Amino acid sequence: MTEQPQVPPADFQSYYGKPILKVSRWQEPHLPAYLFLGELSGALAMVGAAADVTGRPSLARAARLGAAAGAFAGGAFLTAELGRPERFLNMLRVAKPTSPMSMGSWILATHSGLVSATAASELTGRLASLGSVAGVGSALTGPLLAAYPGVLLANTAVPAWHEAYRQLPLLFTGGAMTAAGAAGLAVSALSRDRAEFAAAGRLAFIGAAVESLAGYGLETMPGLAGEPYRTGPGGRMLTAARYLTMGGGVAALAARRSRTAAAVSAALLTGGGLCAKFAVLRAGKASAADPKYVVASQRAARPGSQGE
Amino acid sequence: MTSDSVTRDSVTSDSVTSAGGPRNSLYGPLADVAADAGYPGSHPERVGFFTDTSVCIGCKACEVACKEWNGLPDPEAGALTLTGMSYDNTGALGSNSWRHVAFIEQAVPSPADPGEPALISAVADGGTTRWLMASDVCKHCTHAACLDVCPTGALVRTEFGTVIVQPDVCNGCAYCVSACPFGVIDRRDGDGRAWKCTMCYDRLRGGLEPACAKACPTDSIQFGPLAELREIASARLADVQASGHPEARLYGADPADGIGGAGAFFLLLDAPEVYGLPPDPVVTTRDLPAMWRWAGTAAAVLAAGVAVAFAGRRR
Repeated sequence: MTEQPQVPPADFQSYYGKPILKVSRWQEPHLPAYLFLGELSGALAMVGAAADVTGRPSLARAARLGAAAGAFAGGAFLTAELGRPERFLNMLRVAKPTSPMSMGSWILATHSGLVSATAASELTGRLASLGSVAGVGSALTGPLLAAYPGVLLANTAVPAWHEAYRQLPLLFTGGAMTAAGAAGLAVSALSRDRAEFAAAGRLAFIGAAVESLAGYGLETMPGLAGEPYRTGPGGRMLTAARYLTMGGGVAALAARRSRTAAAVSAALLTGGGLCAKFAVLRAGKASAADPKYVVASQRAARPGSQGE
Repeated sequence: MTSDSVTRDSVTSDSVTSAGGPRNSLYGPLADVAADAGYPGSHPERVGFFTDTSVCIGCKACEVACKEWNGLPDPEAGALTLTGMSYDNTGALGSNSWRHVAFIEQAVPSPADPGEPALISAVADGGTTRWLMASDVCKHCTHAACLDVCPTGALVRTEFGTVIVQPDVCNGCAYCVSACPFGVIDRRDGDGRAWKCTMCYDRLRGGLEPACAKACPTDSIQFGPLAELREIASARLADVQASGHPEARLYGADPADGIGGAGAFFLLLDAPEVYGLPPDPVVTTRDLPAMWRWAGTAAAVLAAGVAVAFAGRRR
């Protein structure tokens, strides 16, 4: 009586095929836009400090202003995601190590304050030394801001996110490099003195390599875990991201000699980074909507569980 | 049941998260969940639901009583939407349905002992059809992912060991929605905040049992101290298995499972996924330390990338 031969053979059973998990309420374009702008701001803060220290004033200025713009635009998208946007300050009501969103809120708040101070000093020319100190501080919050969303998404029951906790942070910090590098290249395409911006091109190239590698890591996760990144809406977006990012990385190599190459590289890398964020959201939703990702993976992880 | 020594203020204080602390605050068996959340030793016993689906008749009185008592809104304003899949027209737990009666019709072989068809409702040629009915509810996990990830402190552990949302604090970030391994909690459209079963926290504080348990005509939903319910359930499981249903099993009753045991657990007559339940849920926070380590590595890669890009000549 434990066997049920009449039930047609299937890899898994479900309740009328209905989802077990709730599909994420995070939406497009808010979440992908926030992920992109947050990592952009994080890496630009680092670029701003590095350019300041190494004597690249034009690059430092562009990066500092961009870091502030990215932080505020990202924060706006984040707030718009809330069901009760007017209560966004409740995010700072507690500091909770078990909640990556709580940690991220504090990181974002600190980072936003620092990049604002740096940008204000840059714009007004006042308190330059304080501005530099804040800039160095934002170079420390920057990598945290770029990396934490990987934990934010992974620390859920969503199979495609949880099981990708090794790859997602690297996808986002690699994307931070391409986003900041692309921003530098875009400015360089319009600048008179372009020598300072070679560092942005190098950063874009390194970032493209890291981001592509992390994307490859997502696609090649074994079995069901990687399927939402290989097929369906998430898979298509990640494929687009790969071609754009790799193309942009190659174009970045020619950016020093050609304004056109710099502009093309910036566009491709920005597009690739955005596609990667959309891919992650869509893969997560696909994996929550189909009960097979929950049932088959939990059965595979521990057969014979729950009284079987 | 209720203890006046625990004031409402202590419930809404920010100290009642399970942050940090010993390993079992995140994962594994935990003897006193309310104490772990910061309540003093005088807190009430942990209470819960034992839902014995073998005696559920699918009447949905629990759903109705829950909606009545908790004043849950009807977004469809009285319109009837039929799922077309079964007698279950609620579909799933959600922000406006805190009890959900699942209904499954399945073909099974004829029982070996025809004298024991108690759970069998109809006979077809060569086999038998049976109906499974089960009233699902928030599990009030020992290790509740929704509570762990809530960034505002809106989700709290109560003195009864249950998990509730404070509607005056929730800002609708929806992190809990993706964190729950059972797909229980959801954000209410038009309201913007997350809602789920409170195990009738207001009734508990008044010494009453939750509305669903009160309304259940067959005692399929039993409410009481969790330790007692686990004993009752073990005895009931033995009875049901001995009466010709060896496939019966308890779900969520084991403190060593992936969520540290549920505050609301079940006696099921088939695999959990048949009822729309995950077969082996694990609180996501179990892996959080490893996640932060990988994020730290990724942040270091970013720092190294910037350093390399800026190294050497100013060109």
